[in-house]
Amino acid sequence: MSTANILDVRNLSVSFLMYGRGLEQKELNVISDLSVAVKEGEILAVAGSSGSGKSLLANAILGILPSNARVKGEMLYCGKKLDSKQQQRLRGKEIALVPQSVGYLDPLMKVGQQVIGADGCREKQEAVFKKYGLADFVKKLYPFQLSGGMARRVLVSTAVIGDAKLIIADEPTPGLSKEIAQTAMGHFRSLADEGCAVMLITHDLDLALAYADRIAVFYAGTTVEIAAAKDFRAGVDALRHPYTKALWRAMPHNGFQPIEGSQPYAGDLPKGCLFAPRCPQRTEACEEKPSMRPLRGGEVCCSNAT
Amino acid sequence: MNQLLKQAISTLIRMVLLLVGVSMVTFLLVISSPIDPIDAYVGAESNVSQEQRDNIAEYWGLNNPPVERYFTWLSNLIKGDMGTSISYQKPVTEILGSRFLASLTLMAVAWLLSGIFGFLLGVMSGAMQGSIFDKCVKALCFVLSSTPTFWIGLLFLMLFSVVLGWFPIGLSVPIGKLSSEVTLLERVHHLILPAFTLSITGISGIALHTRQKIIDVLKMDYVLFAKARGESKWTLIRRHGLRNIAIPAITLQFASISELFGGSVLAENVFSYPGLGSAASAAGLKGDVPLLLGIALCSVLFVFAGNLIANLLYGILNPQIREGGKLG
Repeated sequence: MSTANILDVRNLSVSFLMYGRGLEQKELNVISDLSVAVKEGEILAVAGSSGSGKSLLANAILGILPSNARVKGEMLYCGKKLDSKQQQRLRGKEIALVPQSVGYLDPLMKVGQQVIGADGCREKQEAVFKKYGLADFVKKLYPFQLSGGMARRVLVSTAVIGDAKLIIADEPTPGLSKEIAQTAMGHFRSLADEGCAVMLITHDLDLALAYADRIAVFYAGTTVEIAAAKDFRAGVDALRHPYTKALWRAMPHNGFQPIEGSQPYAGDLPKGCLFAPRCPQRTEACEEKPSMRPLRGGEVCCSNAT
Repeated sequence: MNQLLKQAISTLIRMVLLLVGVSMVTFLLVISSPIDPIDAYVGAESNVSQEQRDNIAEYWGLNNPPVERYFTWLSNLIKGDMGTSISYQKPVTEILGSRFLASLTLMAVAWLLSGIFGFLLGVMSGAMQGSIFDKCVKALCFVLSSTPTFWIGLLFLMLFSVVLGWFPIGLSVPIGKLSSEVTLLERVHHLILPAFTLSITGISGIALHTRQKIIDVLKMDYVLFAKARGESKWTLIRRHGLRNIAIPAITLQFASISELFGGSVLAENVFSYPGLGSAASAAGLKGDVPLLLGIALCSVLFVFAGNLIANLLYGILNPQIREGGKLG
């Protein structure tokens, strides 16, 4: 590997304690055994359907999960352990989140002030606004006065102002027109080209493929495959995991074929491979939990993949 | 501008209708009360002859039909004459003037105290939801809000005035002193206990509302995002929490004026504080129609003004209303 891993997530599990009937306690595994890494200068897209735990992954990295969440596993930031103390120190500065929508901005605070944040300065804000082509008067607007395109640029500005090394974008494109979505993705691409590591959390596989370097395919709270974006372009045979293949076939221009069944509920996960109940190639080996292994330049979490 | 004028006119019309409605209801209630104003005036055991009583009734116009009496009062009111109080034998305007000032001081102090302390307690306990501090504040608020004002007033009197002797047991000035000789300090000394009593019940409502608002705000996405940007808990509360609860808190604070007015009637009676509240109960017990109507109108205006200010402030403070029309 030529470039260094900015973020390295190893065997991360996130669970919530739920109270059932009476005193019964239930552990809800929303993320299980997840491993993923983001390198300097690349966009890693984390793609998966809704409810697969993508946003929680972002919150886990930033250390802003609700207090009833339990986190297991290990996270490394630039080779150093990312514990809650480090998270507190780094978030908003070296690790930045770009949220989904203006709903994540304080509705009663002027945009300029919000981009500056608790410890930025006016000069930096003006420079960032200039960079993203935001007129000076925008800083005096309230979030509800922003247009869709302005909102995207303001949200990216909040991350850029702190000189972030790792940018986590949580579903940055839904509800946007194609042009605005493409411009937004263009911002992330140029940030990566400037040396940032970008983790792009999305369910828009199509858009992700156009801009990301690698794709981590998410299923039921874990990564089933990490593949280069070009593998998706090369066709179904270049892909490794049966779920990724099924995803590929389900894309509109690849035949639009859905597969049976649906993603298992976090409180009721299958014992072995999480995808086994829906897998057309399942064997006895699938009763055992598979683990992530390198395969043909990518990684896969399947006992049978070749 | 045209819009503003329209709004002002409609507000004015609503206010006048409210005043007319309240005065009618008050009038109906007083004339149908079993209290005979003449009995109340001369005293039940006096030996005033029937003839004299008839003269008084004739002089006060008690024998005229109710509708006529109401309209006489209304037409005099429009001319600026609120009539003469039959229990105080003074023009109603004069009584209202002096009493209103006393009540206003009392209510203003109580209003500020309950607003400031309620808000602070609410913010702190909301921010520390689930902590021991929060539990104590919550328990205290529930106890206070389920306790009647007059009872708290009596307890305070017993403790602070009778047992400890820190404060006078009543009135707004020392007994037997010329009003020109009363010092400001003495007035303040007399004001503390009733104002404190009156503010106590207000505190709990405001603290509980503020607490819930802070808890709601802390669950919002923008707080999560601010946290993701490295803001610590108290920075969050200072930058986003206070900003977002300020508007409902101010609305609540101005809307609480009506409760304050109700509370002041009880508190003033317990402390024999010569304000509008004690005058109201005196007027009610003596069937003093002109005074009671005057007080009713006065309190309607007061409460109406409170709600109006709340509405106006809401529009000024909330940018979504203030600037909503500007960019389209």
